[in-house]
Amino acid sequence: MSIRIQKFYYGDIPEEKSGAFMPSSMANEASSGWPLWEVFIRSKQGLDHKHAGSLHAADAAMAIENARDVYTRRQEGISIWVVESKYVHASNPDDAESFYDPASDKVYRHPTFYDLPDEVKHM
Amino acid sequence: MTLHDLEKSFQAKIDAEIKIEPKDWMPDAYRKTNLRQISQHAHSEIVGMLPEGNWITRAPSLKRKAILIAKVQDEAGHGLYLYAAAETLGTSREQMIDDLHSGKAKYSSIFNYPTLTWADMGAVGWLVDGAAILNQVMLCRTSYGPYARAMVRICKEESFHQRQGFDALLVLSKGTPEQKAMCQDAINRWWWPSLMMFGPKDSESTNSDQSMKWKIKRKTNDELRQHFVDMIAEQIKLLGMTLPDPDLKWNAEKMHYDFGEINWEEFWNVVKGNGPCNKQRLEARNKAHQEGEWVREAALAYAAKKAERLQKRVA
Repeated sequence: MSIRIQKFYYGDIPEEKSGAFMPSSMANEASSGWPLWEVFIRSKQGLDHKHAGSLHAADAAMAIENARDVYTRRQEGISIWVVESKYVHASNPDDAESFYDPASDKVYRHPTFYDLPDEVKHM
Repeated sequence: MTLHDLEKSFQAKIDAEIKIEPKDWMPDAYRKTNLRQISQHAHSEIVGMLPEGNWITRAPSLKRKAILIAKVQDEAGHGLYLYAAAETLGTSREQMIDDLHSGKAKYSSIFNYPTLTWADMGAVGWLVDGAAILNQVMLCRTSYGPYARAMVRICKEESFHQRQGFDALLVLSKGTPEQKAMCQDAINRWWWPSLMMFGPKDSESTNSDQSMKWKIKRKTNDELRQHFVDMIAEQIKLLGMTLPDPDLKWNAEKMHYDFGEINWEEFWNVVKGNGPCNKQRLEARNKAHQEGEWVREAALAYAAKKAERLQKRVA
């Protein structure tokens, strides 16, 4: 498939107009290679930790400090979890249909399935 | 499923306003377009720290200095949110940074203009961040999930950037004749480059608009630019200043402001690397990256040593 994108937008300057130039100081550097971490933040006591984003850091202590600076500059959190991204296992989106299918025909799991007399009031 | 079927179900998801997530199937061109756009956006945040960093040590008061530091720190954060979003599309941070530093990747040309006076800090906040916000608010609803989530976070933080800029100009506009002149001069220099931030005119494109169809973008350059002009043309009255455009006039029929022609030659020149500060900006980025190399290496070595010690203790 080849779709040519001709329209240029703010923040989307096409390559062919890029006119790259190399500054003389450009050196061939080794990559930093800091691993990727997922950041989870508890916004206040009593709530779950929620995924906030990810960042690179050399180790867990640095990941927590960086997470504080990147994700809680405005008091968005009181507790931070970090986990190296490579340890996160995820379900496969391609299997979503069959994977979640067993739940789709069980409406009786919801309270609204039961039609009770009005006299019962709150239940 | 054939490629055609995959593309059809992909477009159906987009049409139904279902966000695309990193592991979902997507057309190559969708991936590439997002990757280029998100990384350019990230680079813009990072390079955008340079013109303002220029004034941190010379801010006129402790209050203004604290505000400016907070703003520059936000921009570093915004760059990081966006780099992380771009990485979900399968590129590495190192690759993106290398592309920025070699000049291969682009960033917003606005940051290739110099910040000559303190009033420029106000004008950058009000006009440059103001223009960026219009684009970013639209992008909160972009179809790629990680990009949209990064934009929501950014928009929450960005509003203070524009307000502090207007606030700084408002103080100057009520000051001495010299301060007023400095305020007007900054507006004169930043107005046209701000309009260029929205990119080329819609009429420059004849092909069908894939970015709109994929809902990466939801408004055209000209729509956003017009919105910006309408907004600023009103706000400037509160400053008692003028915009440097003799053709700027309210059009009661269209219910929009008419405005003059942008110097597109200047626009493409700056994009191509011939703006006032292109070279300086890239050199500053390269220098910072090179001088930080030993820190990155030391951090890794320290982490490895700590991990090794922990293993020994366990064993």
